[in-house]
Amino acid sequence: MTELQAEQASKVLDNSITKSKPRPNRDALIALAVFVVLAVLPMLTSSKFLLDFVIRCAAYGLFATSLNLLVGYTGLTSFGHGMFFGLGAYGFGLMMQKTGVAVPVAFVATLAITFVVALVIGAICVRLKEIYFAFVTLAFQMLIHSTILSWVSLTGGDQGLRGGIPRPPFLGIDLSNHLHLYIVSCALLVIGLFLMHQIAQSPFGYTLRMIRDNATRASFIGIDVWRAKLTIFVLAALFASTGGIIMALFVSGAYPEFAYWTISGEGIFINMLGGVTTFLGPMVGTALFLILNDTVTRVTEYHGIVLGIVILFFAIGLRKGLMDFVIEWYVQRRERSGGRAS
Amino acid sequence: MDLDTLTGCLASSACLVTQTTSGFIIGMLLFLVAVGLTLIFGVLKVVNFSHGAFYMFGAYFAMTAYQLTGSFALAMLCGAAGTALLGLIFERVFMSRVYGRDVLMQVLVCYAFVLIFDDVVRMIWGPEFKSMGMPAAFQIPPLFIAGGVVPPYYLLLISVALVAAIILGLGLARTRIGKVIRAAAHNPGMVSALGINTGLIYGGVFALGGMLAGLAGALAAPVRSLTPGMGFSVLIESFIVTVIGGMGSILGALIGALLIGMIRSFGSLGFPLFTEGLMYLFMVIVLVSRPTGLFGKEVA
Repeated sequence: MTELQAEQASKVLDNSITKSKPRPNRDALIALAVFVVLAVLPMLTSSKFLLDFVIRCAAYGLFATSLNLLVGYTGLTSFGHGMFFGLGAYGFGLMMQKTGVAVPVAFVATLAITFVVALVIGAICVRLKEIYFAFVTLAFQMLIHSTILSWVSLTGGDQGLRGGIPRPPFLGIDLSNHLHLYIVSCALLVIGLFLMHQIAQSPFGYTLRMIRDNATRASFIGIDVWRAKLTIFVLAALFASTGGIIMALFVSGAYPEFAYWTISGEGIFINMLGGVTTFLGPMVGTALFLILNDTVTRVTEYHGIVLGIVILFFAIGLRKGLMDFVIEWYVQRRERSGGRAS
Repeated sequence: MDLDTLTGCLASSACLVTQTTSGFIIGMLLFLVAVGLTLIFGVLKVVNFSHGAFYMFGAYFAMTAYQLTGSFALAMLCGAAGTALLGLIFERVFMSRVYGRDVLMQVLVCYAFVLIFDDVVRMIWGPEFKSMGMPAAFQIPPLFIAGGVVPPYYLLLISVALVAAIILGLGLARTRIGKVIRAAAHNPGMVSALGINTGLIYGGVFALGGMLAGLAGALAAPVRSLTPGMGFSVLIESFIVTVIGGMGSILGALIGALLIGMIRSFGSLGFPLFTEGLMYLFMVIVLVSRPTGLFGKEVA
């Protein structure tokens, strides 16, 4: 088999994903480089809008990328992933307001709560067939949302957690300082993406792809499908929860909308927008979505119609995300130049 | 928790009748929505996440028709026929493009329409709460059954839903069209090879499902307030109903809806803050013991 044929064969398999081998050191370097670029950004621009945008990208990006671990890598179409985003925001906010522990303690404790909740919900959901899975997760999302709405004494009901979240300084980091918050958000984003990429490239990540492509075959060669699905469900929930924590820190509060089903819908849309076949697709989707959302909300009060039409355009018209087109274009170009060389 | 109220109610026949009727109302409305959902899933193999919007449109259509004509029967007809037409268009133009594609696409198309439909309602009827008001024909003194108060409109609502359930069940089981629909659910390729227009069947089933949801909305319009987004909580509850009853089973939808209705009605006495939680708890119990629902068939 010539190199060209091999390349085509691997393209047929799965665009570029199958070609990349796990290279944690290189990934860590890239992550560090991205973090340095993001950290230098405030020195180049004083635009608070841009920094806010990056913080929101961090919150939504972690959420959307973790959803892609479920949707794109494992084939679990969760329509209730937003519940962990809301859980993170409320868990962290309540912890800071009621107990006054240090920020890192609250962070870890929130993740621990998310872990337990995700384990229980996941154990019930992951054995279900895909369509059942989609709406039982949605049902749990609505359960958490309605609990938040009705448990007024704890959560403030439909008013949300008001009065701000206290953010006492720790280790010289003061999260009430906008710049510090920005740096911490960027760090969480980069670390989160790095970890998720390691998960995706690990043997476990390839097990997930196998389950997506043929769960029966996976179970025949001795993979415990239920356990693998549950593991990724819980892991994805932890990253989504981290996104929620960043959001709670950013707005200094938590609102029922963070746990509403629309967050899950937005997550799915973001994945569609960026493309689910690449690891960074959801990040690109996040940036596109936030820009789109901000623009549309400024122009019209009926932004649902505009967003809906854009979604239809992508889902029925293009049928692919933006990153999918980029990859396609890249592969084609390389093929052409490869063809000339031989 | 307020168990005293619950036991107190169970001991008094008046309270029992009142709560059972209200459970029936909730259950019957849910049944109409859920049966459309389950029918569409059974035949088309897609889950219509925008089904709640048809319930909403049914209610708004009925309200407008009632305000224009003053006729309650015409309002019901408008609610049902309008949503049937809407369902047909929706299926033929949009949903038919995502059959057989992965669930993600189907969910996205429906999500897009939930957003669009909610905003369309907001544009036409405004964002505030609306009320249709009880038709004059039903503004008569309530009936007293064993000491419990039963508004006559409730009886109408329950009987209309029951009649719809019987017609639907018999129609699917006994008529030729029913047979064709069941055949199309089983093997659309073969049905189409026998010279039957499956596109028409699909459109028809979607229209029927939309019509039932619209009828539920129209029936609910006099007793509930109308607001954009009103369909969504009904949608979630009908999901729970179909999960409990089993996807694709009409009897399952009926039993599931009545169970949920009773849980909501009596649960609101005993566990006022945890009524919704009770439904989910019940759903989880059913799912864990019978993953395909009470009346669901094993899906290959």
